[in-house]
Amino acid sequence: MSTRLYWEIGKRAFQRQLAYRTANLAGLFTNACFGYLRGSVFIALYQTERSIGGYDVSAAVTFTWVTQALIMVVFLWGWWDVEETIRTGDVVSDLAKPFSYLGFWLARDYGRALYHLLFRCCPILLIGEVMFGLRWPTSPVTWAALALSLTLAVAISFAWRFTLNLTAFWTTDARGIGGLASILSTLLCGLLVPLPYFPDTVRRVVEALPFAGILQIPADVFLERVTGAGLLLALGQQALWAGVMLGATQLLVMAATRRVVVQGG
Amino acid sequence: MQPGDEPVPLIEVDELEKTFRVARHHQGFFGAFRNLVSREYREVRAVGGITFAIEAGEMVGCIGPNGAGKSTTIKMLTGILVPSAGRVEVFGMVPHRRRTDVARRIGVVFGQRTQLWWDLPLVESLDLLRYIYRVPESRFRENLDQFRALLDLDPFLNTPVRQLSLGQRMRGDLAAALLHDPEIVYLDEPTIGLDVVAKHRIRDFLRRINRERGVTILLTTHDMIDIEQLCSRLLIIDHGKLLYDGGLEKIRGRFGTERTLVVDLAEGEVEDSAPLAVLYAREVRADGPRRWLRFSRDDTTAADLIATVASRYRLRDLSIEEPEIEAIIRRIYEGNW
Ligand SMILES: Nc1ncnc2c1ncn2[C@@H]1O[C@H](COP(=O)(O)OP(=O)(O)OP(=O)(O)O)[C@@H](O)[C@H]1O
Ligand SMILES: [Mg+2]
Repeated sequence: MSTRLYWEIGKRAFQRQLAYRTANLAGLFTNACFGYLRGSVFIALYQTERSIGGYDVSAAVTFTWVTQALIMVVFLWGWWDVEETIRTGDVVSDLAKPFSYLGFWLARDYGRALYHLLFRCCPILLIGEVMFGLRWPTSPVTWAALALSLTLAVAISFAWRFTLNLTAFWTTDARGIGGLASILSTLLCGLLVPLPYFPDTVRRVVEALPFAGILQIPADVFLERVTGAGLLLALGQQALWAGVMLGATQLLVMAATRRVVVQGG
Repeated sequence: MQPGDEPVPLIEVDELEKTFRVARHHQGFFGAFRNLVSREYREVRAVGGITFAIEAGEMVGCIGPNGAGKSTTIKMLTGILVPSAGRVEVFGMVPHRRRTDVARRIGVVFGQRTQLWWDLPLVESLDLLRYIYRVPESRFRENLDQFRALLDLDPFLNTPVRQLSLGQRMRGDLAAALLHDPEIVYLDEPTIGLDVVAKHRIRDFLRRINRERGVTILLTTHDMIDIEQLCSRLLIIDHGKLLYDGGLEKIRGRFGTERTLVVDLAEGEVEDSAPLAVLYAREVRADGPRRWLRFSRDDTTAADLIATVASRYRLRDLSIEEPEIEAIIRRIYEGNW
């Protein structure tokens, strides 16, 4: 029964995205432009090198397009839906409901992510294929692993974004803090360059951080750079971080609602 | 009635208080730095010790000037806000400790907000409530059908909420607050910004919900007509204090002690500008031969005053004006009663 509730919430979050088709089209265009730009930079870079950090040129280009396609699925920047309800005081309606506040927003985020998977991620990958030719997964196991990896990636990124949003319960400047924090996540999730490009010591640290689970790991799963035991390990790392971070956000929700100060009449 | 048979109140509030700590903000560029570094707080006492109890089936109206503490009180009753001091119990539970358990059995409308999904057709929001409150399908259909008829929802049931007028949205929000058969509904300004027809329809609806389903209703409003038409009991809150708790009629006796005797003098009785001199009454207005004399219950009765005036002046006509409830309330707010 309860799963049914969260399913219904997710379904509505998906539907509500359909109202913003033009915005999606504009975003698609932007993502494709940057995909083209980043792809071209990498091709130039590989004029002198055969392989960097274990990526040859076609892997690097595919990595570029996959991460570009996933930006909106994991909603890397500017997700302030929760902060807005806290700042305006609309959060009262959600808190007056007999459901898990965390569960409510998580379900909404999965609904939204599915929309972006279908209407943002897939078109971008197709565009990338047409413009550059991508290296696609060869085995059905990879596709299954990818589905799981993306599910976990959304959970990790959601927990991170939700935490930043929840700071609005304590400060009126959550967006300022969040803006700084998203510089961090952009750098550490592998969007700018694949994490293996970093020097070894740095690399070992950043690969263990939760941010690696947002883009780096799903992209590596797509590229079949992690297989077998390595694949299980990568998915395990994602699952661990997803669990830890969602648990932490639940604690944060409890702290926030205990001292909740709802804005406005 | 046995002593044990006394009705147990559904809502009990005892010396309830809420004090907000508000960060002091410094202006300007350097002010922004000081805001970051030093945190100074100012205390705002929104609710300052309120006591009342509401029994099952009551319909209670709560009024008070802007910033009086009405919304804050409702938020504490729903468990969204934690009180600073005092006691609050709803269904015998402390709302903020058992927010979810309380939430199952109450409905809330915050008139200035909406719980509906902005981008989706109204029906989608209503339908979701079935799963949130685990309402059995048949019961849900029954309620929805009834509310569709009572609130005339059909014309916009499939319209995205963002396209609804304020009145339509409010009807949607009311339905949403009641679909799960709550025992109590809190309505914070349910008629705000609505035209007279819309207000009328909503009042009708609330009256029926209260009578036919026995739903206990606590509403806040700035419209005295809401109170006059709906509530047998009135709470007046000002500066976080409860000024009055009781029936609407009694308030006239308690606060509306001043009435006005209006007399029409016979032709040529007194000079146009000369005020009437009568003990225990003062002339507050004159319009040719028509004079308004204000007097207080504490000083004289209407009968005595009329006798005095009539013995001194020849009158053509007279009437007594009771103070408008609005005027009484205004005087209470202004603190001169
Ligand atoms: N989150 C908050 N932080 C600080 N002060 C607050 C907060 N919420 C309310 N207040 C203050 O508490 C007081 C009571 O506010 P409340 O919203 O309860 O008034 P109200 O009676 O509902 O007024 P209105 O009729 O204007 O809706 C006001 O002085 C308000 O400024
Ligand atoms: Mg209010």
